[in-house]
Amino acid sequence: MKRSKLTHSLLSLAITLVLSPLVLSQSVQARTTAITGGKVVIGDGSDPVDGGTVIIRDGNVIAAGANIAVPAGADVVDATGKWVTPGIFAGFSRLGLSEVDAVSGTNDTSASGSNFNAGLDIAPAIDPFRTAFAVNRAAGVTRAVVAPDAGGNMFAGQGAIADLGSDANPVTKASAFQFVEFGEGGARRAGGSRSASHLTFRAMLREAQDYSVGKVAFDDQLLRAEDAKALLPVLRGQTQLLVHVEGANDILRVMELKRDFPALKLVLVGASEGWRVADKIAAAGVPVIASALNDLPEAFEKLGATQSNIGRMKNAGVKVAIGMIDDRDAHQLRYSVQYAGNLVSLGNVPRASGLSWNDAFAAITSGPAEIMGMGAQLGSLKPGRKADVVIWDGDPLELSSEAETVYIDGVRQPLDNRQARLRERYRTPTEGALPKAYDR
Amino acid sequence: MQIKGFRWAALVLPLGVMACAASDGTKTKTASALPAKVETKTTAAKVEAPFASTYKAYPGVPTVIKNVTIFDGEGGRVDNGTVFFKDGKVSAVGGPMRDAELPAEATIIDGTGKFVSPGIIDVHSHLGVYASPAVEANSDGNEATSPTTPEVWAEHSVWPQDPGFSRALTNGGITSLQILPGSANLMGGRSVTLKNVYARTVQGMKFPGAPYGFKMACGENPKRVYGSKGRIPSTRMGNLAVNRQTWIKAQEYRKKRDSGKEFSRDIGMETLAGVLDGDILVHNHCYRADEMAQVLDMAKEFGYKVTAFHHAVESYKIGDLLKANDVCSAVWADWWGFKLEAYDAIPENAALLQKAGACVIIHSDDENQIQRLNQEAAKAMADGRRMGIDISEAEAMRWLTYNPAKAMGIEKMTGSLKAGKMADIVLWNGNPFSVYSRPAMVWIDGALLYDAADPARRPVSDFELGQPGEGDVK
Repeated sequence: MKRSKLTHSLLSLAITLVLSPLVLSQSVQARTTAITGGKVVIGDGSDPVDGGTVIIRDGNVIAAGANIAVPAGADVVDATGKWVTPGIFAGFSRLGLSEVDAVSGTNDTSASGSNFNAGLDIAPAIDPFRTAFAVNRAAGVTRAVVAPDAGGNMFAGQGAIADLGSDANPVTKASAFQFVEFGEGGARRAGGSRSASHLTFRAMLREAQDYSVGKVAFDDQLLRAEDAKALLPVLRGQTQLLVHVEGANDILRVMELKRDFPALKLVLVGASEGWRVADKIAAAGVPVIASALNDLPEAFEKLGATQSNIGRMKNAGVKVAIGMIDDRDAHQLRYSVQYAGNLVSLGNVPRASGLSWNDAFAAITSGPAEIMGMGAQLGSLKPGRKADVVIWDGDPLELSSEAETVYIDGVRQPLDNRQARLRERYRTPTEGALPKAYDR
Repeated sequence: MQIKGFRWAALVLPLGVMACAASDGTKTKTASALPAKVETKTTAAKVEAPFASTYKAYPGVPTVIKNVTIFDGEGGRVDNGTVFFKDGKVSAVGGPMRDAELPAEATIIDGTGKFVSPGIIDVHSHLGVYASPAVEANSDGNEATSPTTPEVWAEHSVWPQDPGFSRALTNGGITSLQILPGSANLMGGRSVTLKNVYARTVQGMKFPGAPYGFKMACGENPKRVYGSKGRIPSTRMGNLAVNRQTWIKAQEYRKKRDSGKEFSRDIGMETLAGVLDGDILVHNHCYRADEMAQVLDMAKEFGYKVTAFHHAVESYKIGDLLKANDVCSAVWADWWGFKLEAYDAIPENAALLQKAGACVIIHSDDENQIQRLNQEAAKAMADGRRMGIDISEAEAMRWLTYNPAKAMGIEKMTGSLKAGKMADIVLWNGNPFSVYSRPAMVWIDGALLYDAADPARRPVSDFELGQPGEGDVK
């Protein structure tokens, strides 16, 4: 049995030098890694297991939990005193779409000048070399739902599932969903009224249907062919439709779209007033990716916003996860753990509804994976899942804790980033023998 | 892309949101609406402050919190301690006391497992001036019609019914806060310091005896807002030029004012002269280290002091300079990347400043993070520890209480738990530097204004009355 320390200095150096992914996969994935002795969190809502073991091979989790034998020849990583969990899955984000938000050339979140809408595909815009990848990876974020932002049309386009690995291939699944704005944002884009957004939605789906049957009368007033092609799998229920909606009435009216389009696979995004109609959301079986801590009436569609929203929906039987909805969504996915921790603390506030620790952690790991239909591949340490594993120096939801070691697809990740380099340069702010510019 | 909570300080200035003429076509009356006897000429060196505070502390009961962990806000910590307050003031703070020693008149609260801190103070808030709901009708924070508007006062924009005040109190333990104008302008106007107690009028919230602050802004915002209109400033050198020209006028005004001869009042110049007098404290939005250094030189040139740089994401590069100039940095824990001048932000900013001996304040500039300043401080403290800068929790509490009080000029009245100071107190249900803790009770001037266990001690602004979720736990 080979032993290796947590500080795999040679390996991380090799990764830092950005060897080709092929070389990495040969050198790393052929091995078996056993992370032993830590408090293991599976991420599915079950209780943490003290002194557990996680076995990784070929980029996948082979086993995790108590009483698991370490295979002969495995690299053993001692995590005694640490927490071992699935990586954080940002339930909704704009990861990799923006380097500096206010520098337009670096910001690909929305294509407001484009004539296309639903056909827009965010995948090629997800740039793994943007700083937010490295910064959030260092904080234990390993996967993300990446959505385009809507430009001039209520349909924003096709979103993706991405990983934060230090390689050139960030997209786990392209065309994973279609994203559409309803509520105030949808109404504004459709012409100034919710009547327009609902009609536009219906008309666009019908045009897509016409396109699919080759109708000569296909009227491309609303849709170009590429947009129609992207809407067909939505219409047929092959691709999920993520709908940004906040207010109680808007939620109900959006769920009614299924009367006319029964195959739609809806996911509500935002849903600040979801708690007001939680029983109906639960009855409809529509999952929700919600903001964790919205509690202000920042718009009239959020008058009832409360931090208890997620807890109340969960109690009503809604499948719910935490997302960064229009909330520092390109840069601060690392807030996910803090948000989850705040929902735990709500449990101590009279009349509030929070989440248990186990459910809160699931809301930022298996929850998003399951809602996106990828729970069998991602989001937990159950056997067969992609080995996105983080070793933390303490409770991952606690503010003082740090991600010490991060694996994505079983590959140990470099955790260096631009912020860490600036920190080291200015550890002592005054100049030494040469200007700071020489200090590297 | 919409970024929640970013007002002007942070990001893109929607040029359509300019304050402008009423859209319904009505014309506002100006001179003719004034009372007949306003003195516009005077020989008085200083004019008596108008819009005086009418704040009155609400009644409280003498209260003892015992068996509690105390952070006093000035770096002190007492385990198993006792806090006693009455008549709106802190009476005593100390170690364990036997029950027989406790004042008989007092309500006794057992603080076992709980923590006490001074009320949290936010030196940078736009509550009231960018109130919720964040609609154009409530967009009152930037008089973005001239690069220098020293004549405006934030209190004339504050809407005292902003629901945000209640969230800041109940989730954040905020007891005092400075409301600043936005950062579109080089000189944005006067700030106002409030007690976080709802009132029918802004005067009813004004912190009695608090000095005024003056908002200035460096960098991207002023040059973008005015450059895009084809006006000066369109560059950073333009920013400095306009500032310096304006300070020269202020010096001339001050000379006239102090000459004893009749002079015409100018309310903008009154504010600038107040800065030069040292009566009004400068709060300067400034991200980059090099720009802060230039502002410090400009302040020397004209003889005023910068009290605090706000946002100050690059303060860590010049901690020595900031310490030497006795300037606070009011910072976030970890915001970055929303604009180019925030590109070099690092999470160790606060800790590196602390290590350099410079004054650190954790601020919000955000109606959401004002509800979690304790958590922001906890993150900044932890980031420091990871790089070997060991900052105690008691010391980090100073970032949230005493230091902002000092920067707002109210540190003799509040900001720490010392006998005789205002009984602005938060009882936390656990360690405030843990994500799992929340305020259990908040007192302001000794009055219990939030009690998590009592729905009647949860404020509901007029706006939220009769709305979905009225009185809900938010």
